[in-house]
Amino acid sequence: MEIYLDNSATTKVYDDVADICIKAMTEDYGNASSMHHKGVEAEQYLKEATEKIAKTLKAKPKEILFTSGGTESDNIAIIGGAYAHHREGKHLITTSIEHPAILNSMKHLEEQGFEVTYLKVSEEGVIDLEELKNSIREDTILVSIMAVNNEIGSLMPLKEAGTIIHGINPRILFHVDAVQGYGKLSIIPKQLGIDLMSVSGHKVHGPKGIGFLYIRDCVRILPISYGGGQQGGMRSGTLNIPGIAGLGRASEEIYEDFDEKTNRLYSLKSRLIKGLLSNLSDVRINGIDTSKRSISSLSDEELGDIISKTAPHIISVSVKGVRAEVLLHALEDKKIYVSAGSACSSNHPSISATLKAINLPKEFWDSTVRISMSEFTTEQEIDDTVKAFADIVPMLRQFSRR
Amino acid sequence: MQYHAFIIKYAEIGIKGKNRYLFEEALVRQMERVLENCEGEFSIFRVSGRIYLNAKGFDFDETVAALQRVFGITGICPAVCIERDGNGKLPDINGLSQEVIKFIDGVYPDKNKTFKIKCRRVDKTYPLDSMEAAAEIGAQVLDAYPEMKVDVRNPQILISVEIREKVNIYSEIIPGPGGMPIGTSGKACLLLSGGIDSPVAGYMIAKRGAEIEAVYFNAPPYTSERAKQKVIDLAKVIAKYTGKVRLHIINFTDIQMYIYKQCPHDELTIIMRRYMMRIADIIAAQNKCMGLITGESIGQVASQTMESLMATNEVVTDMPVYRPLIAFDKQDIVDISLKIDAYETSILPYEDCCTIFVAKHPVTKPRLEVIRSHEHRLDEKIDELVKTALDTDEILEIEVN
Repeated sequence: MEIYLDNSATTKVYDDVADICIKAMTEDYGNASSMHHKGVEAEQYLKEATEKIAKTLKAKPKEILFTSGGTESDNIAIIGGAYAHHREGKHLITTSIEHPAILNSMKHLEEQGFEVTYLKVSEEGVIDLEELKNSIREDTILVSIMAVNNEIGSLMPLKEAGTIIHGINPRILFHVDAVQGYGKLSIIPKQLGIDLMSVSGHKVHGPKGIGFLYIRDCVRILPISYGGGQQGGMRSGTLNIPGIAGLGRASEEIYEDFDEKTNRLYSLKSRLIKGLLSNLSDVRINGIDTSKRSISSLSDEELGDIISKTAPHIISVSVKGVRAEVLLHALEDKKIYVSAGSACSSNHPSISATLKAINLPKEFWDSTVRISMSEFTTEQEIDDTVKAFADIVPMLRQFSRR
Repeated sequence: MQYHAFIIKYAEIGIKGKNRYLFEEALVRQMERVLENCEGEFSIFRVSGRIYLNAKGFDFDETVAALQRVFGITGICPAVCIERDGNGKLPDINGLSQEVIKFIDGVYPDKNKTFKIKCRRVDKTYPLDSMEAAAEIGAQVLDAYPEMKVDVRNPQILISVEIREKVNIYSEIIPGPGGMPIGTSGKACLLLSGGIDSPVAGYMIAKRGAEIEAVYFNAPPYTSERAKQKVIDLAKVIAKYTGKVRLHIINFTDIQMYIYKQCPHDELTIIMRRYMMRIADIIAAQNKCMGLITGESIGQVASQTMESLMATNEVVTDMPVYRPLIAFDKQDIVDISLKIDAYETSILPYEDCCTIFVAKHPVTKPRLEVIRSHEHRLDEKIDELVKTALDTDEILEIEVN
């Protein structure tokens, strides 16, 4: 049996999602812009999906803009937002541990004469609200903060950030990259003061190549691509109806029995953490506040309390003396799929900015794997994974690079 | 310009005496192989020490690129052909001159050039001889394009006109890869890693007409599936020239770990390489290869100093070890790698079994007697491990046209 624990890379598509995609591709394959019946039929999929998604956000259907995924949503939000408001100022704020889709969009803007402040993060991977407050200037036009860090699963204080940003200047756009948060957290943009929010379909058991950008009503941004004027000209191009239909269905399904699923994930997370710590020495769980005591000495309740401040599905584990890539392949041998925190080979080091930013000691940079679960993950799989770690790690440690 | 044929030039294989037909046949076979996947109708003729490729409905760039992968070809001349009329007559000298004038206009839009007409009258029934025909055509070209000038010593444009069964007009010579056709030399066994050098070494020996058998040493879980895929892709690069490569994938992990455990760390690489050579030697012998090929170059890394080369060389029984890059600088190797389209693949950052566990300061001047004595520490299990590695050899037949 395969144990797939790389759900932050991508997820398995729900069966219902696959069904509706196939139907939209083989039967109701019209172009939503066509005047005839086939077009109307396709448009129905669009309407239905938009409504379903809007419902999960308590948003209006017209606030949903379909894109090709998280990267494009981030690009439209950051670049389109900055270009629309450049007359009010040229300063943007983001965090130092964002996804490359944000960081490289920012870099593009820097080349265009914008100025960007990168907020530091704590050892738990969380921004300092005081620093955020002090960074906001008169010419600040946009702040972008991720909901959940993709590598260590830290949660950012979105509500507090929203209050601070709009308390200082309600005109500043607050963008949230929720690619790792949507479907795992309840995120209601209006309640959190979010103006723009990026979501990707394939991280929530939807298809690849589809995502959306939530754009709060009345927020003005500019398009970054031009064409036939679909979606109000904000994002031209024939609508990806199969993808949209699939994402609509996925968004509905992932938020079904949401509290129950979330509690299950948290209990699996603590099961995994306890399992790893009790079976192995010299292992670190990253992004968890351990300022008081070592995790292994905490009671179940205390541990539960601490991990509830992190995302339910991501666990970042550093294993001293074992290279992440080797551990990954050794687990792969047992059909357990995880991802390496930071890809690094002898001649091409590429150290993760996140791991550096949380002050992870250097010897762990190349020894960190990410385990990311989904609602399909079972207790048995977690136990098997712990056992695999317990078998593999001592063996690999014998052959660590001297 | 609409061409009708390619005249294929070959150098060395023209001088092989009585074996010449073997070489020519091999060359034709290789041409047929690469043309199989090209659009168009092709027919190949061997006429008095030349190879003609007639082509209809073909894509010029695709066809030339395919021919440039056939070892043995030194030049590819795209030609215009003029057929005999219904009475079996070739055009008279005026007609012929008009054809040449048309040809020049098609190939050289800028007429401000010096030129020379070179004529070869093979069909002795044609009324003018070679010299006369060349002079007459040249005069008519000058009339047509007064801005052109004749230069018989060092012309910018050399137009060849051959009067044979039909008339061939050509000027440009597109360089081929040179070398000898595949299938004229035998087979050699390439130690293929994921790096830049070994695919180039394989290419160079293949260029001398050799078929290639390749061995890759895999070290899962220390190396990834992508590293293996990368080597398969590099084997494909060589197979584009040779038609096929048989790739042996040897699981080397246990051997490597055993050496790592038993021997001094700074000698790991050199001892590992000795075992790679031993295993390749066995595979080569089993597969009727007549030599090993490595991408070694003197002094490039610690395991390729002259001392290290002696150490890796001594374990090979009686196969010659071909090291075509032995005196090449890295940049020269990179240039060939780029030329054969291997470079992009070679620099993908996946670890191979040579870089994992490499010591910070590996020995650069290994002493043979020391290495030999340290190798004795492996006596207990090494034969068994080598046997297992050979028994679990995964063989992939890589074919590309």
